[in-house]
Amino acid sequence: MKFNIIAKTRLWFTISMLFMLLGLFALASNWLIKGKAMNFGVDFTGGTTLHLRFDNLVQLAEVRTILAKYGLGESVIQRTEGNDIIINTDPLSTEARTQIMSDIQTKYPSVLLLEADTIGPVVGRELRSQAFWALLLATAGILIYVAFRFEFKYSVAAVLALVHDATITVGLIALMWRVVDTPFIAAILTILGYSITDTIVIYDRVRENMTKPGASKKPFADVVNESVNQTMARSINTVLTVLFMNLSLLIFGGVTIKEFALTLFIGFTCGAYSSIFVASPLIVIFDKWERGR
Amino acid sequence: MIILGVFIGSIIIIINMPINLGLDLQGGSRLVLEAYDTDSVKVNDDAVSGVVAVIRNRIDALGVTEPTIQRKGSKQVVVELPGIKDPDRAIKVIGDTAQLEFVEAEWAPGDEKVLSEKKVQEFYGKGARLDKVKEYRGGEVISERPIILKSTVLTGSDLKGAWPGIDSYGNPVVDIEFTGKGADIFANVTTRNVGKPIAIILDKKIISAPSVREPISGGRAQISGNFKIDEVQDLVVKLKAGALPVPVRVIENRVIGPTLGRDSIDKSKFAGMIGLAFIVVFMIIYYRYPGFLAVLALVIYCLLNIAILALIRTTLTLPGIAGFLLTIGMAVDTNIIIFERLKEELLTGKTITVAIETSFKRAFAAILDSHVTTLIAAATLFWLGTGTIKGFAVTLSVGIVASLFTALTITHMMMSMSVDAKIINSTDSKLLYRGFHK
Repeated sequence: MKFNIIAKTRLWFTISMLFMLLGLFALASNWLIKGKAMNFGVDFTGGTTLHLRFDNLVQLAEVRTILAKYGLGESVIQRTEGNDIIINTDPLSTEARTQIMSDIQTKYPSVLLLEADTIGPVVGRELRSQAFWALLLATAGILIYVAFRFEFKYSVAAVLALVHDATITVGLIALMWRVVDTPFIAAILTILGYSITDTIVIYDRVRENMTKPGASKKPFADVVNESVNQTMARSINTVLTVLFMNLSLLIFGGVTIKEFALTLFIGFTCGAYSSIFVASPLIVIFDKWERGR
Repeated sequence: MIILGVFIGSIIIIINMPINLGLDLQGGSRLVLEAYDTDSVKVNDDAVSGVVAVIRNRIDALGVTEPTIQRKGSKQVVVELPGIKDPDRAIKVIGDTAQLEFVEAEWAPGDEKVLSEKKVQEFYGKGARLDKVKEYRGGEVISERPIILKSTVLTGSDLKGAWPGIDSYGNPVVDIEFTGKGADIFANVTTRNVGKPIAIILDKKIISAPSVREPISGGRAQISGNFKIDEVQDLVVKLKAGALPVPVRVIENRVIGPTLGRDSIDKSKFAGMIGLAFIVVFMIIYYRYPGFLAVLALVIYCLLNIAILALIRTTLTLPGIAGFLLTIGMAVDTNIIIFERLKEELLTGKTITVAIETSFKRAFAAILDSHVTTLIAAATLFWLGTGTIKGFAVTLSVGIVASLFTALTITHMMMSMSVDAKIINSTDSKLLYRGFHK
């Protein structure tokens, strides 16, 4: 079985474009309607998050009444798994938090404080710039390494595929309005790592096939297509094993890890797709440009 | 032999050096404190080092096991207290400046309302100021008495020791003892102030202002001030450890209850097991005997990985576990790359020994390049990240290196040994691949 992937480049790029536009659209509309592009958690915005567990179902309105006593009636109160609720509010001092907790405890003696995070606004800003620099530097590092081991056109194509993966993952998470905190950055970087691995395995095969006798006589598109097909079994098997692990984290994992796993799931699927259907056709296009000049 | 060595070595390390669990897994508290300038003191390197030292003393006195106290940047201190039961109390003990002052004072005359700041200075000397001594009962202020604070005569640094005690009415108090020099000053001050109050001030708040009945020469005194027993104990901790050289404020504070940690770790363990089981089944069904060897290599990989993490004393956090599980995926991928290659090499009609050698050699470039690029991402995270992100980067990096090692040496050796032992004897052995026909 052999697929002619390069011949259908236009189809693959259309699919990618649609998803990227969907992601960008989600970011833009969130920004216009909700005031921020993504649902940034306290890690990024600063504030206090309280994760509470109750024995029985509590009315969110009643919790809000308690918070309103402290001028925090505008807090975001959400229900999560079971009878857990998560409260997001302005940064609270330890005293204020203790006071609020004891008020809630008076009303609901069964309440259990699972997690309380208070992040100053300065920390949030620091983290945002940290995330930005980490992403930029990691990408630059990959660009340089790939250019060094392969050719410049390969590294540009690989990085464009990474931008593709990042845009779609960020966009879809924004679309689903999932909370974005520090682990999200870790997830995005892992996705980039995986995607580049996938791409490199294919590029490595192209590099090897180009050194074979007679390779220079064949059109470059054919060599790339052959390489993609030769590595196809590996690509499919690897993505399957990784997605097994991921799916199991998504279904059975704890609350915190689920969010993480969801991001990875989207990203890995994207990364596997982009290596075959974006990064590989791109080097063929770049090669044509190179020759055209 | 090497395989056995790695195997046994890893197990010994894992048994002897348990991995620390992060706050998110065992519960606890994480604080980031930032020192700030005041009119009298500026934040500098020495001051922040001093803050770290004082906080360490206070935490040790609280009896928290395995706390971490680290400087971050030029004026921040990160404190992590695993498994602590009452984090709010700890935060108070750690974050209070605990600047203790003994101030010569005088009760203000009845018409204190007309006293301007200027007049106070005129009558009672430069630096004198008006304040109020408040009496509390059940958290409410029940009486206020104006007092004029003249000058600080002794501070917390003149203390030799502090102990919790009780006064003659059975109320909790703090017993203190001054140093030799402090005792002399105290004797002097009490001699010249008989009948007048001495204000005891903690962090700019008057805790009490007892009147001096007679000169006190022994260098011992008692601080009373409507304390609860807990407060007395905490105050003793703070006085013994000394005051913070500069005040700090809490800019980040995470409290993770032990329930959430237990919850996450149990669920993630279970999820990891299911994921692993899937991979094992898939590898053995699809790749047969080499798949089985890959699973063995994977077991060694996991042991080696955990052993390295234990050896470099990593603290395992939730993203760390995720990073670990993900590198398992990578280690499997490395094996898949090799086996797919082996399949191709066998198709070209090479003998089994030659095919194994060529496939490992050819797969090497792809494996190396893919591992290095991921390592670049992990290194960036390690370099720029903090806290949990850093933990994630560590497990990821260790995982990548261990994966490179096990796939290239252990899987390789086991394959060659199998050929030598004639377990795989021909290219069309049933053990090799499903649906493989030459």
